[in-house]
Amino acid sequence: MIRPAQLRNYQLELAGFRKRVTIAAWMVVLLFLLLLARFFYVQVLEYQRYHTLAENNRITIVPTPPNRGLILDRHGVVMAHNYSAYTLELTPSKTGNLEDTINKLAQLVEITPAQRKRFAKLMTESRNFETLPLRTRLTDEEVAKLAANRYRFPGVDVKARLFRQYPLGTTASHVLGYIGRINDADLKRLDDEGVMANYRGSDHIGKVGLEQSYETELHGITGSEQVETDAGGHAIRTLSRTSPISGNNLVLNLDSKLETIAEKAFGSYRGALVAIDPKTGGVLAFVSTPGFDPNLFVDGIDTANWNALNDSPDKPLLNRALRSAYPEGSTIKPFMALAGLSYGVRKPGDTIFDPGYFSLPNSSHRYRDWKAGGHGTVDMHKSIVQSCDTYYYRLANDLGIDRMHAFLSQFGFGKKTGIDLEGEVAGVLPSREWKAKHSKQPWYPGETVIAGIGQGYNLVTPLQLAVATAALANGGTVYRPELVQAIIDSRTGQRRVIPPQVMNQIKISPADLQVVVSAMVDVTRPGGTAVAANVGAPYLIAAKTGTAQVVGIKQGEKYDAKHILAIHRDHAVYIAFAPADAPRIAIAVLVENGMHGGTTAAPIARAVMDYYLLGKLPKGEVIKAPAAAEGGVHAD
Amino acid sequence: MRIRRLLLRVLSHIDAPLLLLLLTLMVMSLFVQYSAASQSDARLLSHGLNMLVALGVMVLVANIPPQYLLSMALPLYVVGVLLLLGVATVGEVVNGSRRWLNLGVTRIQPSEIMKIAMPLMLAWYFHHHEATLRLKDYGIAALLLAIPVALVVKQPDLGTALLISASGFYVLFFAGLPWRIMLGMLVALGASLPVAWHFMHDYQQKRVLTLIDPTQDPLGAGYHIIQSTIAMGSGGSFGKGWLQGTQTHMGFLPERTTDFVFAVFGEEFGLLGNALLLILFLAIIVRGLMIAASAPTLFARLMAGSLTLAFFTYAFVNMGMVSGILPVVGVPLPLVSYGGTAMVTVMLGFGILMSVKTHRKLLKS
Repeated sequence: MIRPAQLRNYQLELAGFRKRVTIAAWMVVLLFLLLLARFFYVQVLEYQRYHTLAENNRITIVPTPPNRGLILDRHGVVMAHNYSAYTLELTPSKTGNLEDTINKLAQLVEITPAQRKRFAKLMTESRNFETLPLRTRLTDEEVAKLAANRYRFPGVDVKARLFRQYPLGTTASHVLGYIGRINDADLKRLDDEGVMANYRGSDHIGKVGLEQSYETELHGITGSEQVETDAGGHAIRTLSRTSPISGNNLVLNLDSKLETIAEKAFGSYRGALVAIDPKTGGVLAFVSTPGFDPNLFVDGIDTANWNALNDSPDKPLLNRALRSAYPEGSTIKPFMALAGLSYGVRKPGDTIFDPGYFSLPNSSHRYRDWKAGGHGTVDMHKSIVQSCDTYYYRLANDLGIDRMHAFLSQFGFGKKTGIDLEGEVAGVLPSREWKAKHSKQPWYPGETVIAGIGQGYNLVTPLQLAVATAALANGGTVYRPELVQAIIDSRTGQRRVIPPQVMNQIKISPADLQVVVSAMVDVTRPGGTAVAANVGAPYLIAAKTGTAQVVGIKQGEKYDAKHILAIHRDHAVYIAFAPADAPRIAIAVLVENGMHGGTTAAPIARAVMDYYLLGKLPKGEVIKAPAAAEGGVHAD
Repeated sequence: MRIRRLLLRVLSHIDAPLLLLLLTLMVMSLFVQYSAASQSDARLLSHGLNMLVALGVMVLVANIPPQYLLSMALPLYVVGVLLLLGVATVGEVVNGSRRWLNLGVTRIQPSEIMKIAMPLMLAWYFHHHEATLRLKDYGIAALLLAIPVALVVKQPDLGTALLISASGFYVLFFAGLPWRIMLGMLVALGASLPVAWHFMHDYQQKRVLTLIDPTQDPLGAGYHIIQSTIAMGSGGSFGKGWLQGTQTHMGFLPERTTDFVFAVFGEEFGLLGNALLLILFLAIIVRGLMIAASAPTLFARLMAGSLTLAFFTYAFVNMGMVSGILPVVGVPLPLVSYGGTAMVTVMLGFGILMSVKTHRKLLKS
């Protein structure tokens, strides 16, 4: 009895359900018709109105890029700033026939083929609807001409923009670096860092140097404007605005005048110099020469200039102080001497007899001294003053590579210094471990011997050498080298000082240090290897010369500079600090193919020290001194 | 051979007409996204990947017999409600709303689960009380519906709350909720509007006011509606052409890859495109309702009917919002807007529909 009832119930229910499905379907159709009616109303009946609105729809939010922060030297001399100039900009999507527009514009203002080419390149790199510069730095006359003809060119704008300029030109180019147009790789990085929004409206970004490493500080915060524009996209009036916040200014430890003097002192030589304040690690001068004019890069460098820089055998784009590593040569000797004293392997008065070479026991191979016939009886003092190789061959052999590595690495050799620039290389301070990683061969005793005079695998950047020299000068404190001394907040004017950062504190006994320093002082006195360049200095200079081999010399062969190509000549290396009794500046100089540290590198260091310590300009030098050297010379 | 047999078995649970319609919509969606996202290949790829994942989920769910879905209804609902409670107490606040729950491994938005769990639960309830259905069962069902909806309203996420309510209501409707009660509800709803208004957040009130007169606040809340309507209207009868929308590409259109993607479509393809899109949506809905009408059990019918109408609701609310006849409530256009979660949820629904369609012979006793 129940079953049929349920069955009927089921069918009734199904019928009811299907009825409701039908109702639902009709409801759907009805509501879709309602939408369709709305679409018809908006898209057909009201089309004209909305079409016009879209054409005139120009309440747009325009980002206002912030002013980039300035870069100032320690005395407030401007090294990077911004100036305002007019640019001719095109929005390709609005101009109609682009070729035609550019041709017509060319009748009004000069547009060179190179500029056309650059614009075409920008076009391929950009997305639709972006505004791109065709000409920069318009003259007032050109601006007036374009303004009068503006109505003829939809999508063409003359805009006042800020441009980056480096007023000192090539000076400190490797420190400052440059900004350039934001490319795809930059975009991706900005996106990854989640700061894309802040770069809406920014065309440029720091590419190398301080411009790159302090990008976040320098860029500032983008503001915005709600602007009403006409059909051509020209702004009519501003409805509201949020002001951008300028980037912060950088104040460097660097002295731009000192930098100039150092760069000029190189003459036509290639090389690098780093001068450090041994009390803070502040970088006073940072030279890699030849340099380049960073102004060339700001608006995109043209092909001719680029090729000239990139193909030059002098490699002006290479930051030698930061990215080139050289054998430190004999400049390693004071550090080796300290190692010998520290481990008790040598006492200052211990002497050796130098016949002009050193041989390992049971070996006939002769490690030659630079001085044929040798230095005779040599103690530690004489070994530094005369740069005796044999003394250090033997010392290295007595110390062994493990102790050498342990001691020298304390000074930062083989490690990045952590300077506030990107792209630093670590150099090589060889050890068994290092060799195992880079070769299948075991460590050979002979390799220890040549490492003792800074040859073989040893590689050091001029920057590392300067940091180590500063640590020698201040009695064992390794500071992180800092180019930037303080950051000045653009809003509050507050000065955020970057405190000196101690990377390592080396335990050196003052007595041991005294032995080495007094020998280094005698290097600059009669009988020393760097006497000529240091004659008459009214302050004590502690120094060590060095020579870095470029090509190897076979056993029994003689190195003869006259018969060797200039580019195969030895590099001159030189370290110094002064005044030796109360050091205020520590310097490392490398002169490529400069042969002897004492003859080519030492005079450069002397010029730098004379200006820094005495305010004395090199002979015949008439540089307008920005704020005299007295008073503000150092930061402490 | 075995793999081939397995593959054939898996594919036998796919409803070809429905799949074809969905794929058509997806292909179209890829074109619109490419334009909306300023021709970003990365975005296109990611949108396509979302689709593949969603299609995978659909195939998977289509192979689950409806009786398993039936047994999952109650647990899923309970878990969903618990998670919503979790959100209410320890949820993360994003943009002023508490919608996300951080599970350590991943963040989830439990209200999204409720979009499927709700109709599933109610269909389960009616299925179990099929023989003895009385008026009070509708009351109980309404209560089951009210709990999660209240929790979602509290987040506050009015748009999702409305969608969940709608999907629940559709179950009641298909289960035979008497017309007089529906009429009564309509009256009650009308009467309660002033009260609801009172409880609305400022921004919610603003959205409604903006709908009535968008020009009141052209740079704030009205901006979306003004710009999307201009985009659509300026598209005219045949549109400005693919990649040619000025509103879209000059940055006037906000949220143009997500909630307002339909404005991009309307601007570039015009009334003709819109009409074709409506026809495509209609075809999908009709196919869904056909599956519902021929489903073998009450549970299957209610699920199929409710999910189909829920899909319709998303589409209708979104297009209504973009064309300026409904308030801005943050509902994506199903399968067209960018966003993985919504895509998966929608395709999961279609997986259930296909399961209902293709498991009928196994079920009929």
